[in-house]
Amino acid sequence: MSASPNTRPAGHKPPFWRDRAKRALIFQLLLVAAVAAFLLYIVGNVQDNLSSRGITTGFGFLSNTAGFGIVQSLIDYSSQSTYGRTFFVGLLNTLLVGGLGVLAATIIGFTVGIARLSPNWLLARLATAYIETFRNIPLLLQIFFWYFAVLRTLPSARESMAFGEAIFLNVRGLYLPQPLFESGFGLIPVTFLIAIIASIALVIWNKRRHEATGKRLPAYWISFVVIFGLPLLVLVATGVPVTWEMPELRGFNFRGGITVIPEFLALWLALSIYTASFIAEIVRSGIQAISHGQTEAAQALSLPRNLVLRLVVIPQALRVIIPPLTSQYLNLIKNSSLATAIGYPDLVSVFAGTTLNQTGQAIEVIAMTMAVYLTISLLVSMFMNWFNARVALVER
Amino acid sequence: MMNKKHLVLLASAGAITLAGVATAQADTLEDTLERGAVQCGVSDGLPGFSSPDDEGNWQGLDVDVCRAVAAAVLGDAEAVNYISLNAVERFTALQSGEVDVLSRNTTWTTTRDTTLGLNFTGVNFYDGQGFMVSRDLGISSASELDGAAICIQSGTTTELNLADYFRANGMEFDPIVFDTSEQTVGGFQAGRCDVLTSDTSQLAALRIQLDDPSSAMILPDVISKEPLGPVVRQGDDVWLNIVKWSLFAMINGEEYGVTSENAEEMLNSDNPDVARLLGQDGNYGEGMGLEADWAYNILSQVGNYGESFERNVGMGSPLEIERGVNALWNQGGFQYAPPIR
Repeated sequence: MSASPNTRPAGHKPPFWRDRAKRALIFQLLLVAAVAAFLLYIVGNVQDNLSSRGITTGFGFLSNTAGFGIVQSLIDYSSQSTYGRTFFVGLLNTLLVGGLGVLAATIIGFTVGIARLSPNWLLARLATAYIETFRNIPLLLQIFFWYFAVLRTLPSARESMAFGEAIFLNVRGLYLPQPLFESGFGLIPVTFLIAIIASIALVIWNKRRHEATGKRLPAYWISFVVIFGLPLLVLVATGVPVTWEMPELRGFNFRGGITVIPEFLALWLALSIYTASFIAEIVRSGIQAISHGQTEAAQALSLPRNLVLRLVVIPQALRVIIPPLTSQYLNLIKNSSLATAIGYPDLVSVFAGTTLNQTGQAIEVIAMTMAVYLTISLLVSMFMNWFNARVALVER
Repeated sequence: MMNKKHLVLLASAGAITLAGVATAQADTLEDTLERGAVQCGVSDGLPGFSSPDDEGNWQGLDVDVCRAVAAAVLGDAEAVNYISLNAVERFTALQSGEVDVLSRNTTWTTTRDTTLGLNFTGVNFYDGQGFMVSRDLGISSASELDGAAICIQSGTTTELNLADYFRANGMEFDPIVFDTSEQTVGGFQAGRCDVLTSDTSQLAALRIQLDDPSSAMILPDVISKEPLGPVVRQGDDVWLNIVKWSLFAMINGEEYGVTSENAEEMLNSDNPDVARLLGQDGNYGEGMGLEADWAYNILSQVGNYGESFERNVGMGSPLEIERGVNALWNQGGFQYAPPIR
């Protein structure tokens, strides 16, 4: 950059208000100060008004006894637990449905997206029909559909569908046997860990060997067998130190085992299927963004079809796919708050619903709930940006 | 320097707006007279207590409290703006001034009366929590409910009573919590839960909404005290008095035999209690900033408590709830209003 035409002679410094950079800085500082003062004023005003109307404020309520029950909890919870604990119960339930939803939506979305590009006419049309149907129906209606329409067709607890004597499905949910680990089981996770480390080493060694000699082993298949085979072998060798607690019908409902409540199933299905239809379109557009010439060029190098996809098409397509994929993940997690409509005990239902109403401290509860969604969204965003940077095209 | 000027302008405008909000709700009576209508918070549709009829007019025992307040303040029982609120929204709506009276089958509890900046003005229905079960289950008492899945509406005292009752009796249950009473009934009908729990009066109302009301029955057990009444904001005692005495006027009206039909003849009554109630002897509305005929307007336009009860929830309604503890004090019930003098 050359000097601008109206520079002053050296040695003569202009007053600071004529220096554009300094002036800009001062305005910025003034703005920040004004915004901060404004926020402080709002907070003070709210506090004054609340106390003048005799409304209790503060976060002391979090250590009071909650006194209500929650149907699904990943941590120990009873009606004698505190309001603070209801927050974590709700948070974990939100994370559970959000995490599993992201996983399922990604798998369905990628499958359908690729299927839509399939040369098989029927498969491609089916994928199109899937996308156009689920993308264009409001999510809340889909949740109601899965919950009320599908739920009603299931039999009652006493006439449940049984799969063997272990798995039962009825209007109250899905009942699975629960594994109870005995002593000696600790060996299995250790073996699992060793197998994973060995597999990583194998993949790295295989890559180096391939680069050096051109020979390659099917390293991923070998890893797969090692990771799942080795712990299985140890399991059998130690005499299977696991017993299963079977669900059984007692009184009204099944007791024992693991219960997957229908509210969770309905919400999970609806969120996954709805978001997958958007992800499918993102995947399709990502793949179509790679010019066909690239595929032909790779084939001309006589790369096998799976390697063409894995080494040429997918890495480039991911660059196009990941940024919009991030916002779909964020949408899914935020949409999980619709849980409250069908009674799934997520953060909004348990904490911003029941806890808010029992304590009446709307501002504190809503602020905490908003902070949670903001934090989750920012964390997902950060992770996806990091991942995006990793797969981004490295220009040399 | 336009930037800075704009900023200052914006900040001061914001400050004025906020300060305005802070002082706007000091005098509810004045605001109501100016608006010409009472802002009344009601339920999202509970037959007998507050629900719109087939012409869209709100009807019910709780709605009659709103109408009584409007009749006392404005002389016209129809001058009410009804705002439908669910259980979670109701207190925030009252605190923030969106409604001036909350008359929405709300249970009077210590927490609600002392920490929310609200005041209960009386009890217009003494209720208690009960259970509705499907007849097929063959259950006759709540003590047989161990292990049951129970549908509840979110944000109610019901949730707490239920946990207390099951813990005290050493029983387990799965709470299925829904947002609105409609969804709660939906879950019960779909067979998601064995039991629907709510105040017994609501159970009667919800039962007649079922596709087949005879398939369900209400258990005789009542596990809690649920005094339901109107609520107002703390800090406006004039308005508190108006809402409180509007209900008392209806109860006193029943005690002295003043009905919507005979209110006009009663103006000439020799009974000194009636004369004071109807404003023929002294002006008992003055202390509340009302006209002398405030109670006459309530009784002639809305009717007395007994009329309202029979019409909305009693034998003259589909709910067919007995007067029971809601009868007047001199007829074996709890309804007792302080004298007007």
